[in-house]
Amino acid sequence: MGRSLPRWLVALVAAVYAFLHLPILVLVAFSFNASKFSVEWTGFSLEWYRRLLERDDILRGLRASLVVGLLATVIATLLGTLLALGLARHRFRGRRALEALLYVPIVTPEIVAGISLLIFYVLIGLPLGLATITIAHVAFCISFVVVVVLARLEGMDESLEEAALILGADEITTFWRVTVPQLWPGILSAALLAFTMSFDDFVITSLVAGPGSSTLPLVVYSMVRRNIEPSINAISTLILLVTTLLIYLADRYGRQRARS
Amino acid sequence: MPLARQRLLAWLRRRPEARAWSLVGPGVLFLVVFFLLPLLIMAAYSVMSRGEYGGVERGLTLESYRRFFVPIYLTILGRTFGVSLVCTAICLVLGYPVAYAIARSGRWKNPLLFLVVLPFWTSFLVRTFAMIFLLRDTGLVNTWLLRLGVIREPLTMLYTPFSVMVGLVYGYLPFMILPIYASLEKLDGSLLEAAEVLGARPAARFRQVTLPLSLPGVVAGSLLVFIPALGSFLTTDLLGGAKEMMIGNLVQNQFAAARNWPFGSAASFILMVLVLAAVLVYLRIRDRRPMAAA
Repeated sequence: MGRSLPRWLVALVAAVYAFLHLPILVLVAFSFNASKFSVEWTGFSLEWYRRLLERDDILRGLRASLVVGLLATVIATLLGTLLALGLARHRFRGRRALEALLYVPIVTPEIVAGISLLIFYVLIGLPLGLATITIAHVAFCISFVVVVVLARLEGMDESLEEAALILGADEITTFWRVTVPQLWPGILSAALLAFTMSFDDFVITSLVAGPGSSTLPLVVYSMVRRNIEPSINAISTLILLVTTLLIYLADRYGRQRARS
Repeated sequence: MPLARQRLLAWLRRRPEARAWSLVGPGVLFLVVFFLLPLLIMAAYSVMSRGEYGGVERGLTLESYRRFFVPIYLTILGRTFGVSLVCTAICLVLGYPVAYAIARSGRWKNPLLFLVVLPFWTSFLVRTFAMIFLLRDTGLVNTWLLRLGVIREPLTMLYTPFSVMVGLVYGYLPFMILPIYASLEKLDGSLLEAAEVLGARPAARFRQVTLPLSLPGVVAGSLLVFIPALGSFLTTDLLGGAKEMMIGNLVQNQFAAARNWPFGSAASFILMVLVLAAVLVYLRIRDRRPMAAA
C-alpha cells in the first residue's frame, strides 16, 4: 500500500480538503477583523466578541441551548444505551421491527420530523417552549446513541461478564461493576455526539420552539437574516470552538480501549 | 431489599423476553410516542381539509394531493429531485478520489479521517453562513477576484442555483467520503498484488479490482447524500432565492406563512415517501451485493 499517489490526485484531494475547511477558517479569521463593513483586513480586534456579551438575546439563547442540550443528552443517552444493551444481548420478538424503528429518525428529513412534532404538540395542547424542544432533541438523538454504543458493545469481550457471573456476582452487580466500566467510553462518546447534535440543531428546533424559547442557533439564524455583521463570525467561532472540542473528545473516547 | 432483588432477578431469569423489554421498552415507548405517532398524525392531516386559522377540519379528502399535482408544485418536485441527483454526482466525483487517497495514506489516515468527520458534525447553520460570507456580492471571493483583476464587476453568486449547489455539496460531501473509505479500507491488498503479478496495469487494476469492490461504499455514500439533499431546507432557505425552492421549503412555507396544514402535510408526506423509496432501493442493492461478489 505504501505506493505514492499520482500528483494530480494529491492536488485534487488537497483542493477538496481546502473546500471543506477554508470557508470555516476564513470565517473564524474575520471574526477578529477590526473593520465592520468590508472584508478588507484592517487589523486585529476583539471588538465583536465584546459586543456579544452585551447582547441579551445571545446570552439567553446560550442558556436555553445549554439547558436543552444537557437534558436531552442525559435522557437520550440513558434510553439509547438501554436500547443498545437490549439489542446486543437479547433475542426477542419484535427485534426486526425495533431495528426498523431506530432507522426512522435517521432517514426522516428534519423538516418532516419537525413539522410532524409541531402538529402533534398542537393537537395534544402542549405549549411550545424548552420542554417541547428537549423532547424533539431526545427523539432525534436516541438512534445515534444506539449506533455508537452498539458498535462498542459488539467489540466488547463478553467473557469478563461470564466470569463475574460464574464467580457469584448477580446480574445487577455484574452490570454495574463489569459491563458499565467497559462500556463507559462508548457511552461518553455517544453523549458528547448527542450534545453536539442538540447544540447545533436549527431546523427541528425552529419548528417546535415557542416565543421566548430561542436556542442559540435560532438567535444566530435571525442575526444572519437581519444583516451580515462580524458579530455573527464571532458567535459562529465560539460555537465551532465548543463543538470541535466535543467532537475531538468523542473521537478520542470512541477509539479508547476498555480499561481493565 | 436484598430479598426483593433476588426475587426480581429470579423472575427475570425465567422470562428472557421480559428482560429484553425492560431494557428496550422505555426507548421504544419514547420513539413511538414522539416520532412514529406524530408522523402518522401528519399523514392523517394530509387527507383532511384546511381549517380557517391553520389546523384542520374533519372529513376525508384527497384535495391536498390533487392540489400538489399542478405544474408549479411539480416543478418544485422535479427540481428537488434534479438538484439532489446533481449534488450526489458531484459529491461522488469529488469524494471518491479523497476516500481512495485516505485509504492509502498510511500514518496520515487518522488525522485525514478526522478532518472529514469534523464538518459532518459541525453546525450546518454556521457552515451555511460561511458560504454566505464567501459568496455574497461584497464577499471574500468577489473581493479577491476584483483585486486580482479577474473580474471587473462583482459576480452574482448568492441566491442562485450555483450557490445552492455549492452549499449542498459543501454540506453533504463527508457523507459520501466516509462509506467509500470504509469499503476501500476493507479491500484485500493481495487481490491487487495478484492482479499486478498477472500483468494488469494500474488503470486496469483500478477498473477491474478496486472499483467493483468499492461499489457498496459508492451506493451507500450516494444514498447518504441523496436522502438529506431531498429533504434539504436550510441551504435553499439561506443560499437560494424563490426560484431555488425545494420541497422542504414548500413544506415549511405551508406551516409558517400559508397556514395550510393539510397541504403542508401532504407535501411533507410526499417527501417522506421519496426518502423511504430511496432507502428501499439502497437496502435492495446492499442485500444483493454479497451474492454478486461471491
